[in-house]
Amino acid sequence: MVLELAKPRPIWQIMFSTHHTDIGLLYLISSLAFLFLGGSLALAIRIELFLPNVEGAGQIIADSMTFNRIFTVHGTTLIFLFIIPFASAVGNYFVPIMVRYKDMAYPKLNAIAFWMIPPAAALVWLGFADFTWYAQPPYSIISAPGPAADMWIFGLKILGVSSVLGAINFVVTILKCKHPDMSIGQVPLLAWSFLATSVIIIVAIPTFAAALLMLLTDRLGISGFFNPAMGGDPIAYSHLFWFTFHPEVYVLVIPAIGMMYEIIPRFSRKPIYSYNSGVFAFVMLSLVAFSSWAHHMFATGMSFTEKTVFMVGTLAAVPASAMHVFNFIATMWNGRIKFATPMMWAVGGIALFFAAGAGGVVNSAMPLDFSTHDSYWVVGHFHLFVMGTIAFGSIGYLYYMFPYVTGRMYNETAGKIHFFLSFVGTILVFFTQHVLGLYGMPRRVYDYPPIPEWIAMNQIASVGAMIIGISMAIFLVNMIYSSAKGKLADIHDPFGLGGKYYYPFEAKNPHH
Amino acid sequence: MSGHSNWPEWIYVAVVIALMAWVGAEAWEAERLIEHVPADAEVIKVTGQQWFWTFEHEDGTKEIGELHVEVGKAYKFEIMSKDVIHSFNIHDYVVLLDAVPGRVNVVWFAPDAVGEHDIQCREYCGLIHYNMRGTLYVEEPST
Ligand code: HEM
Ligand SMILES: [Cu+2]
Ligand SMILES: [Cu+2]
Repeated sequence: MVLELAKPRPIWQIMFSTHHTDIGLLYLISSLAFLFLGGSLALAIRIELFLPNVEGAGQIIADSMTFNRIFTVHGTTLIFLFIIPFASAVGNYFVPIMVRYKDMAYPKLNAIAFWMIPPAAALVWLGFADFTWYAQPPYSIISAPGPAADMWIFGLKILGVSSVLGAINFVVTILKCKHPDMSIGQVPLLAWSFLATSVIIIVAIPTFAAALLMLLTDRLGISGFFNPAMGGDPIAYSHLFWFTFHPEVYVLVIPAIGMMYEIIPRFSRKPIYSYNSGVFAFVMLSLVAFSSWAHHMFATGMSFTEKTVFMVGTLAAVPASAMHVFNFIATMWNGRIKFATPMMWAVGGIALFFAAGAGGVVNSAMPLDFSTHDSYWVVGHFHLFVMGTIAFGSIGYLYYMFPYVTGRMYNETAGKIHFFLSFVGTILVFFTQHVLGLYGMPRRVYDYPPIPEWIAMNQIASVGAMIIGISMAIFLVNMIYSSAKGKLADIHDPFGLGGKYYYPFEAKNPHH
Repeated sequence: MSGHSNWPEWIYVAVVIALMAWVGAEAWEAERLIEHVPADAEVIKVTGQQWFWTFEHEDGTKEIGELHVEVGKAYKFEIMSKDVIHSFNIHDYVVLLDAVPGRVNVVWFAPDAVGEHDIQCREYCGLIHYNMRGTLYVEEPST
């Protein structure tokens, strides 16, 4: 692997590089920056909701418009500027090496895809729109204030193009550039996860790209696609949006599962239980990803038949997800497990994945969804995935790749404390939010009536969020300090697992 | 698969599929029963707009932010919106349906006990979404 920080280089050399590990480093640093920025917004939300504002008490956010802008930018940031770029960082570092090629297939395109992110991020952050991460018309057309809304639309448009360019690059790198001696059945599961994800992106994103354009012209008053006052249909937008974004949730989760497939066997010191079943489950997931989008729309007034079809389509995705869990557990079974920091994050992430999936089944069963839909239950549900599964897998992988990127080791104790606090915090916030939803609290509210159960559960969730906040501060210090001053890593076996289980991809890709 | 037999995984997958089939069948059956609106249900027209609910009874009386109904009767809500999408919600009775401009969505319920329940909006609709609330009063029949 390439030691990025061990040999210091001027920053502009990295910024203008097209080498895959340099692009990977750029993705890595920017995605982590957005993890902290987006996370701070979450803390602001949780502090605000700690108490209901009876007579102005317990209020840190001045008004509801500011609050609405904060949760909108929070969600947009963590999905599009943390999770997806973080996966691109890992893919850029590892996919070319795993398929034994010197770089990504199109290095310049790769750099362009990355450099689309900063302007898009600037549009989202400087605009600070308020129409939630799904910009639902007609609110987003007739009611959401500009220019924030328009800036968000342009920002997302750019991010969509960037994702598609990145996806094309991964598909070509994996399918066309892999070493001639290597069959597709030998490509490691992490690289498979990028193949599956990239195919989903290429099929799914154009739909949303079209919807965004229509939304923009609707806002300009030129068209009325989604505006009932002009004969349009807002529910058409929901279909276009969720046709992209239900598959997109698999775009988020599949790379994280791929990362766990790297961590679990190594730290269990056993080969993966079934490579074929991992590949099969990835392929299945990318197919069934497209059969369930309207489960987000059970309450829009769909017919009984439509609801049934999308419920069945949703439940069909469960066996494939469950196969991954089985594969992980079977791999760990009878293994000589070493619970170093990356392994703890991966195992914690799998446990939360299971819990989150169980909650997802409840959402899918249509009569139950009328209890949970648009309540805090849904917030708890998808955060168990995005935080509990995806961020956990990603952070575990970050610890795992840390010695390769920096040539140094992070502080193991701090890494474990980070895990432990985050795990407890995640359970406190998001399990509680499930229950809060069952008590009927709607999501996206700046304030709530002083119902005793709601207050109690909001407080538990806010305390949990503070615990996660503290753990993330420890994480930040550990990363910065260790990359400069950490003890030098033994690159052949940084985690002391015994070389046989260690990194099978020794090849380095020299800068060219 | 990769040299060893994989029957535990197949059994596991079969169990998961069976479980999902069971959940799906139960949900289908329950939803089918729930959606069957009784023929004698009284119509209440519900209109959402930024940021309050208006109710119109069959006899033409209107209420804003409050809804009075009688215990033991069935009611059919015809839900619409004047501006953006809202979601009409009486959580205690699992009544939840979006108010979509340009459409009329229908859901019914039959209150079974005298009491007061919260009415709220469950779909983000802007500035005062958090306080787009009302109260349902279930009362003894007047006659
Ligand atoms: C695999 C990782 C998953 C991720 C990342 C994920 C993410 C999400 C997100 C982001 C939402 C809410 C969107 C919003 O309203 O803002 C959501 C809702 C939903 N999810 Fe998942 N989900 C995952 C898996 C599942 C699974 C396995 C199921 C079902 C078996 C499921 C069923 C649902 C349903 C039915 C809803 C709609 C709930 C509602 O709005 O009432 N999800 N999910
Ligand atoms: Cu979905
Ligand atoms: Cu609302």
